[in-house]
Amino acid sequence: MSALIEARGLEFGPKGAPVLRDVSLRVEAGEIVTLVGPNGSGKSTLLRLVIGALAPRRGRVRRMRGLRIGYVPQSLVLDASLPITVRRFLDLPLRVGDAEAEAALDQSGAGGLGGRQMAALSGGQFQRVLLARAVLNRPQLLILDEPTQGLDQPGQAAFYRRIEALRRDIGCGVLMVSHELHVVMSASDRVICLNGHICCEGTPAVVSAAPAYRELFGTGTGGQLALYRHEHDHAHEGGGTAHHHHQHHAEG
Amino acid sequence: MLDDFLIRAGLAALGTALAAGPLGCFVVWRRMAYFGDATSHAAILGVALALGQGMAVFPGVLGTAIAMAIAVHALAGRGLAHDTVLGVLSHGALAAGLVAVALTSGTRVNLELYLFGDVLTVTRGDLAWIWGGAALVVGVLAWRWRKLLTATLSPDLAHASGIAPRREALVLTLLLATVVAVAIKVVGALLITALLVIPAAAARGAARTPEAMAMLALGMAAVSALAGLQAALWFDTPVGPSIVCVAVALFVGSLPFRLLGVAR
Repeated sequence: MSALIEARGLEFGPKGAPVLRDVSLRVEAGEIVTLVGPNGSGKSTLLRLVIGALAPRRGRVRRMRGLRIGYVPQSLVLDASLPITVRRFLDLPLRVGDAEAEAALDQSGAGGLGGRQMAALSGGQFQRVLLARAVLNRPQLLILDEPTQGLDQPGQAAFYRRIEALRRDIGCGVLMVSHELHVVMSASDRVICLNGHICCEGTPAVVSAAPAYRELFGTGTGGQLALYRHEHDHAHEGGGTAHHHHQHHAEG
Repeated sequence: MLDDFLIRAGLAALGTALAAGPLGCFVVWRRMAYFGDATSHAAILGVALALGQGMAVFPGVLGTAIAMAIAVHALAGRGLAHDTVLGVLSHGALAAGLVAVALTSGTRVNLELYLFGDVLTVTRGDLAWIWGGAALVVGVLAWRWRKLLTATLSPDLAHASGIAPRREALVLTLLLATVVAVAIKVVGALLITALLVIPAAAARGAARTPEAMAMLALGMAAVSALAGLQAALWFDTPVGPSIVCVAVALFVGSLPFRLLGVAR
């Protein structure tokens, strides 16, 4: 099977202190690949290299021809001088039908928001609208940068079920960054542990047993203790904050 | 009908408004106002060069405006603060233009004509340039609307959709140069940015979608153009500044909409 995207030998950042070095990855259709790693490990940078928003200093990214990507950025600030309703936002860059738009909003937990101004949404609502937009137009690859920030726990669970369903229905590949490590370990086909370079990668079972992973996320019960503490930090109901400060520094 | 100078003036003002209204929305959304200034100041240099070579003014203005637009586009994001680059280029072009006009031998150039515009002297040939340019601007905006809008909203979302935001920015830059060439005889180089920014700013308060804002801005610009022309005739005032004054009055009139939060 040919890869949806394939990155080889990516290097990014100043020469002496690269943010990323020697990073290669590929995502195939129907595969869920999750990036984990501490703050500042280059996860978002890697995703932005993959979509082409950043140019690597070395290496290259290959996209399958005509690849349709659904992208949810980590944060997005819209200029208040540009008035736009949620419904019209879903039409960019490709117009979608009303029924389709409505269904996408409903499934993302943003039902009934269509007539609202994007600028007037709370952080959680905004995130759900971004999700709804990303899954429109039958994407072949979903690229999600902390997609469930701003969602409460039932919302997160529903979101991951939706991703599973999408993969089943339209066979899309998924490349995402997530801090919900317990979900990552159950919902991913492959996990890539990143810290400026790829520390380890493989199936969830392989990665959670890897020494490099344990060094980053703590030992104990395979990192589970750290995860649960972390999870409680994040049970925010869709508040107004766009940025959460994750404390993922080595605890072991 | 085109024999009447007033009809010609009205059509010239209307054609300019047609292009400036919708493009002005992008100027507001992308904070390109200073960029508009730089491009229109370069136009003065174009006037001097064209007259010095005995060429027609429109191609000269269009040429220097495009050169300026490309220079700014190329320099953008190269480490210098954007407004610093624009400050250098904008005032450099204006100063060089004024010097070049002074150096231009032969008949004395009436510079005021190009600084503040003089729509009452518009010829049939000018009208063809103005409406041709305006049609081009509106046509390109309509053709690339979604791409331009996506790139404006978020460069990252654009990248993910296979749209190159730099290319869309260049398109807008070239359209801006075209509007400068279109508008220089109508409102003059010093007030072109006003005609771009003010109708769009006036339209913001009542608009809920980008399309509505563009249409409203177009309407506001058209009303400003025609009412400004009429006012200039009544009060015997210069046309360009009169048009801008009407636009400012419309903006002030739109403030209650915004303060009341109609478009929330």
